Amino acid sequence: MSKQTLINNSRFDRMILFLNKILLVLIVLAVTIPIAYVVVGSFLKPNILLNQGISFNPDHWTLDGYRRIFEDGSIVRGFLNSVLYASGFTFIAVSFTVLAGYALSVETLVGGKIITVFFLFAMFFNGGMIPTYLVVRSLGLINTPWAIILPGAVGVWNIILTRTFFKGVPKELKEAAEIDGASDLRIFLSIILPLSKPIIFVIALFAFIGQWNAYFDAMIYLNDRSLYPLQLVLREILVQNEVPPGMIADQLARAEMQRAAEMIKYSSIVVASLPLMVMYPFFQKYFEKGVMVGSLK
Amino acid sequence: MKQPEDVINKGLMKDIKYDHKSKKESKWAYMKKNYILYLFLLPAVTLVFIFNYIPMYGVLIAFQDFSVTRGIFGSEWVGLSHFRSFLTSPNFFQIFSNTIKLSVYGLVIGFPVPVLLALMLNQVRRAKIKKNIQLIVYAPHFISTVVIAGMIFIFLSPAGPINALITQTTGDSIAFMSNPDYFRTIFILSGIWQGAGFSSIVYVAALSNADPQLHDAATIDGASLLQRIWHIDVQVLKPVMAVLFILAVGGIMGVGFEKAYLLQTDMNIPASEIIDTYVYKRGLLSGDWSFGAAVGLFNTVIGLILLVIANGVIKKLNGETLY
Repeated sequence: MSKQTLINNSRFDRMILFLNKILLVLIVLAVTIPIAYVVVGSFLKPNILLNQGISFNPDHWTLDGYRRIFEDGSIVRGFLNSVLYASGFTFIAVSFTVLAGYALSVETLVGGKIITVFFLFAMFFNGGMIPTYLVVRSLGLINTPWAIILPGAVGVWNIILTRTFFKGVPKELKEAAEIDGASDLRIFLSIILPLSKPIIFVIALFAFIGQWNAYFDAMIYLNDRSLYPLQLVLREILVQNEVPPGMIADQLARAEMQRAAEMIKYSSIVVASLPLMVMYPFFQKYFEKGVMVGSLK
Repeated sequence: MKQPEDVINKGLMKDIKYDHKSKKESKWAYMKKNYILYLFLLPAVTLVFIFNYIPMYGVLIAFQDFSVTRGIFGSEWVGLSHFRSFLTSPNFFQIFSNTIKLSVYGLVIGFPVPVLLALMLNQVRRAKIKKNIQLIVYAPHFISTVVIAGMIFIFLSPAGPINALITQTTGDSIAFMSNPDYFRTIFILSGIWQGAGFSSIVYVAALSNADPQLHDAATIDGASLLQRIWHIDVQVLKPVMAVLFILAVGGIMGVGFEKAYLLQTDMNIPASEIIDTYVYKRGLLSGDWSFGAAVGLFNTVIGLILLVIANGVIKKLNGETLY
């Protein structure tokens, strides 16, 4: 290859790299602008937002949307319900998964293969929405938190993940403990568990976020409004356009009500999304780890 | 004094004898001794049995005229009549093609985006900047489906910001959410906005594991940047893409149902009604249990068939085109 083409190549390369930078900036803007718009919109007086769009004049700003949200109980109660469901779901998901994963990682376990097949089969086949609903109903779980917490808690994939992880724990550790006379339970509690903190954390993280953001099971299984998780309350406000009457009761004119309702949409999005938005950067490392073990093993 | 070998042999003999005594007995002895491991398995096995296996049995109602009061044993068997009435119903074709179109278009358009994003990120030399870009593009993944749907309604409403821009330039406004023509575009683009960043994690990680010497060697040989990306980076990503593609094809029939249901309006139903939303409405909302279960089963079976086909195709392609 002549010198001339080499130089041409590198000039062309630099152009590509420059284009790449511009594109990445555009992508970052495309992601941030809609989010920023909602956040700024939540602080703007609704008529300003509607007629002028985004404005940074402090006279146009207000906390009215947030005040309305916190004065009415719906969002707060939904928030607390969501904390309860997501925590319960996470606790069951993690504990059941880790216990089963550990048992299956013991290579001498009699019947281990059959039980593994039992789990794997459930991963590929399912009865579908209606038969599952009928089971939950016949167990009397409709309109109880258990309908949200129990059915999806044991993820077969997570069991396989933890099993693989435990198999990687050096055998010598276990053998040494066995020689010292430790029981299975003791080995699990004082050797295996402390070692498996990272994988437990990853499973817990994904379980909690998944449940926090889910609405469908709650929509199917709960009809009592006082049990609604946050996402169902949000669905009423954002999708069904039914702002809880308590939030806008002080407005008499219909047009004023609608404006207040519009503002409440923005601020409820912020209130609902803020916790995860603030927290996830701290867990970035774990997400990357979780996605990696989850997709490639 | 006994020879040590003797002792060992004796010990071995004992073990063998024990094994020969009765295999069943030794299994029982093992299970008794390690009962705690079985206790560990019990909760997970119980939940999976109740919420996965019993519903599999419950699929039988797809072949019945199921009534809740009479149960599976008492309900009348009707064979394939529910499947027949679904397949011959006037809206079958529309619902089926909506499902296929939504997910196939979504896959074709959406699948390459995280790959491209990872390739682009891989060219960012400064680690800190790369990390920050990643952090930003992950963000939408943590927004819930309900909020995404809410944002779509806000942005695309007749009085929303997008229409404000359109009105400024053309004087018109577009009723995005009540026009079925826009539904798939909205659904797929918002899916890319939300998911592409997070989906790129796998590819970024795969690229960072690639041998940097390959790039150095190729540069010395005069390969241009694009040549190196194509012949090194893309090749590194191919196996990962294959696995993820098979999984995506297997999930085609179950794609995005929760979001599709939220984005449905009375007006966009001609494009937004997919099999799963139909199952939910007919089966749960109207209490047509058996019909809903039959449609759901139909969906599951098609999904499994697609998974098997995708697996076969990828195997063949990889065998033929990978060098």
